[in-house]
Amino acid sequence: MRTDELITALSMNVEPVNRRLVDRNVGLALAFGAVVAIGITFIVLGVRTDLATPRAVIFLFLKLAFATGTVGAAAVYLARLARPAGERRVSPGLAALPFVAILLLAGISLGQAPSSHWDKMVMGDDWLECLISIPVIAVVPFAVVIWAVRKAAPTNLVRAGAFSGLVAGGVSAIGYALHCTDDSLPFVALWYGGTIVLCTLAGAILGPRLLRW
Amino acid sequence: MTTTEKELKALMVASQEGDAASHRALLERLSRHLRAYYKRRLGHIGRGAAEAEDLLQEALLAIHIQRHTYDPTEPFTPWVHAIARYKLIDFLRRNRTSVADVPIDEANEVTANDDHLSVESSFDLRRLLKRLPEKMGCAIEAVKIEGLSIAEAARHCRISESSVKVNIHRGLKALATMIAQRTQT
Repeated sequence: MRTDELITALSMNVEPVNRRLVDRNVGLALAFGAVVAIGITFIVLGVRTDLATPRAVIFLFLKLAFATGTVGAAAVYLARLARPAGERRVSPGLAALPFVAILLLAGISLGQAPSSHWDKMVMGDDWLECLISIPVIAVVPFAVVIWAVRKAAPTNLVRAGAFSGLVAGGVSAIGYALHCTDDSLPFVALWYGGTIVLCTLAGAILGPRLLRW
Repeated sequence: MTTTEKELKALMVASQEGDAASHRALLERLSRHLRAYYKRRLGHIGRGAAEAEDLLQEALLAIHIQRHTYDPTEPFTPWVHAIARYKLIDFLRRNRTSVADVPIDEANEVTANDDHLSVESSFDLRRLLKRLPEKMGCAIEAVKIEGLSIAEAARHCRISESSVKVNIHRGLKALATMIAQRTQT
């Protein structure tokens, strides 16, 4: 085939395109992933029952703020990474800001407590449940986010995969926070932050395989 | 901003809005730049003009299919360069050449040179079309090769007009995949 024949064929009946399609697909994937994560928490794990106490409400709010902050920053960058050359406009530092904030708060909170409390503050009652739940709940959100990114044309697959994992982990944490009763900042920093980082690493490893186009 | 960037960007924005003449002009100009780019890149590792032409056509198809992913608030050259380089690396990986051999290049290198000397690629478009599912092949053949309108193609292929559009889009994607698989040597 000659290249001018291909160009003639491609230039016949050119349709206008929707420039918002990439953002729309990422947004849809995010919304669907959030519904699934919250749904799983409601149905399988159950929502925490102590929401009448102010401390529980404050901590629920804090966990949700951390998780939505993570998802918000990461989703904006993911919509860029889904486009060719989008990696030019991504600053991983900004996406890491919620993590820095929660680590700082955790440090302050540990500094104010006697060291005999540290073990309980960091490990909580159920770190294992958190460690397992967040990555497991993240599977479906990750799959739909990958679907959305694949529909576009990412050119840095490791980064696009990492941010897909980050978004999925954050969405999963939003769901899990509704169930989790471990209310301490070091716990949130280590087990929420840590599992979301795990999801990010998994995404970075899977990205080049899943996102090829 | 260079004049090349400005002109190419204006053509791209018009082609996103559905202007066929601009789209054609854009693809023609890009094909000359990309031919020069691929010949130079493949020349470094001892590959010939025919393979550069294969890659060029792959890249043009990708640019066409993915043109909705270009954001006009951004410069255009890096967008083209990212696609061109992605396709190059993908080609080298398929052919088991070490990606470490690909020198780092700058975005403006993709539009630095012109090359009009086209050769035939190894793909036979009509034969590839026959391997597509019937509706896809029919829609692409009618609209993109015979030049029928969407409405005429819908009657000809006995599908709805929106289905013609969907089938062209999916068909071109499938075609791009087939071409990518065929460049495996």
